[in-house]
Amino acid sequence: MRRNAEDKMNKNKNRNKIAMLLTAGCISLLLGGCAASGAAAGGAGETSGEGDGNGAITITNVSYDPTRELYAAYNEAFSKHYEEKTGKKIEIIQSHGGSGGQARSVVEGADADVVTLALAHDITLIEEAGLIESGWIDEFERDSSPYTSTIVFLVRAGNEKDIHDWDDLIKEGVGVISPDPKSSGAACWNFLSAWYYADRQYGGDEAKIKDFMSKLYGNVVVMDSGARGATTTFVENGQGDVLVSWENEAISTVKEYPGEYEIVSPSISILAQPSVAIVDENAGKNGTTEVAHDYLEWLYSEDAQRIIGEYNYRPSDENVLKEYADKFDLNMELCTINDFGGWDEAYAVYFKDGGVFDEIYSN
Amino acid sequence: MKGFKLTFGVTVFMFSLLVFIPLASILVYSFSLSPAEFWEIISADNVRNSFITSIVCSLFAALINCFFGVILAWTLVRYEFKFKLLLDGLIELPFALPTAVAGITLSKMYSNTGFPGKWLSKAGIDVAYTHLGIIVALVFVGIPFVVRAVQPVLEKLDKQYEEAAYVLGAGKLTAFKRVILPEIMPAMLTGFGLAFARGIGEYGSVIYISGNSAKEKTQVVSYVIMQKLNYMDYAGATAVALLMLVISFLILLFVNIVQIRQSRHTNEL
Repeated sequence: MRRNAEDKMNKNKNRNKIAMLLTAGCISLLLGGCAASGAAAGGAGETSGEGDGNGAITITNVSYDPTRELYAAYNEAFSKHYEEKTGKKIEIIQSHGGSGGQARSVVEGADADVVTLALAHDITLIEEAGLIESGWIDEFERDSSPYTSTIVFLVRAGNEKDIHDWDDLIKEGVGVISPDPKSSGAACWNFLSAWYYADRQYGGDEAKIKDFMSKLYGNVVVMDSGARGATTTFVENGQGDVLVSWENEAISTVKEYPGEYEIVSPSISILAQPSVAIVDENAGKNGTTEVAHDYLEWLYSEDAQRIIGEYNYRPSDENVLKEYADKFDLNMELCTINDFGGWDEAYAVYFKDGGVFDEIYSN
Repeated sequence: MKGFKLTFGVTVFMFSLLVFIPLASILVYSFSLSPAEFWEIISADNVRNSFITSIVCSLFAALINCFFGVILAWTLVRYEFKFKLLLDGLIELPFALPTAVAGITLSKMYSNTGFPGKWLSKAGIDVAYTHLGIIVALVFVGIPFVVRAVQPVLEKLDKQYEEAAYVLGAGKLTAFKRVILPEIMPAMLTGFGLAFARGIGEYGSVIYISGNSAKEKTQVVSYVIMQKLNYMDYAGATAVALLMLVISFLILLFVNIVQIRQSRHTNEL
């Protein structure tokens, strides 16, 4: 009898354990869901159009990681400008994260009125989901890119490994930090600039270019999942001799750690054109189309272009850009994504599973 | 059976909402692929390697957690010392800390410029950006499971059994092996299963310390899924997720069966 009772208790215990396991499963699932939609929640939370309690207009700008400081400054300037112009108050909700993930969150329902992302391609993805009307790239000047950036090298003070151009990165014993093109937009730009350099160097001989790229990625000591992670690995964890990085990130790192790092501009790099667009579907629903248009249009004003320069992005207005000639190396030769047949083609050829990157990296 | 209908109803409702429907949607999503496409995705080198990495690293981490988790639980239950409550409270910290914070901190500590990573790398042991680094991160996130599973069992364990063993001439080791271990074994297995499951699905704490190199095979399954999601390859991501679910389920089922057997065995002693 006693054994039976014990057995029963024990069965219950086991059941409890299974229940515990399931509960833990539920919780992790739930947390996973939260993390995935976390970026979205920032925007989706309290967005609404005109007619808020205090009469302020609210719009949501879904952007990518390194523009955090830029938009904090721009939003303040824009609200002042807007209030002076129209007498209406405006509040801008910002959301930041990896560019691809941010695009995904908008596709999945984050209520963004405007998107300001790292790549035109990320906006194309939102267009394909039917939220942005085609032709958005011509809606604003210069392919809807109010600011640009490029890829440079960040080296430790003294530049001990004597790094000046892309071919120095394939030398033996040079540790390179560059994120994974399969999960980071910035990493794609790094890859394409290096490719363009090698293309020039070897007169388009594909076997030689691939060999160059193989050696370059053979020297990559840590491949982080994103640009910020790579900067942490290089700066905080002291890994590698050179970080291949966004110019704006490199400039702010040098400022933040005076005397510890130097920027090296390679002879050839790529013109990265972060793009902006109104999310027509959401803005229409929120009644914010006009405000959203003003918001993005004003990025091209001289005042805004100066803010952009201050925050280490290259102003698209050439006159303003010249004012920052000491900050940006204007002698670099810059290719564009069009040299690769546009982003869709570049993705299909280089970064898709089984594409060129997989080929050169597995060698 | 009083109250059964109500509680069972709530169970089924919550379970469907939180577990069954999300899991079923993964299954449905992966039906958009033909079997050939599915096979092509999951048999790719990087996917296969990531499964091996995730499973092997989680296994090692769970084993290490069992060893140290039992010692930790033993210390907390059997001895009185200063700040015992504080230590007890710290056990759950790995759950509360955002995993990315843990990952960045661990990668800084265990890279060859941090402490103790500097000394380890001088001794020829690189931790950060290797499989060892992944195991370190998984030990960190998994240890509370074992401690919290074993602790209550140790607390209830009657010291008289141990004393009886000593009286009968058993040494310390024999007493532990024959008397204590069988008692805590089922709980330890529960902790093992939980730590192992957490390890297979872990993302945040691992990606900063693993280096995510396809070449060095330090990509974990969840990283490969994120790679696919970044290019909006939902079908590919779900295919890998489905395989991960099936494998995890089979492993956990196995652990549960072993554990149920073990506790039956314990009660027959």
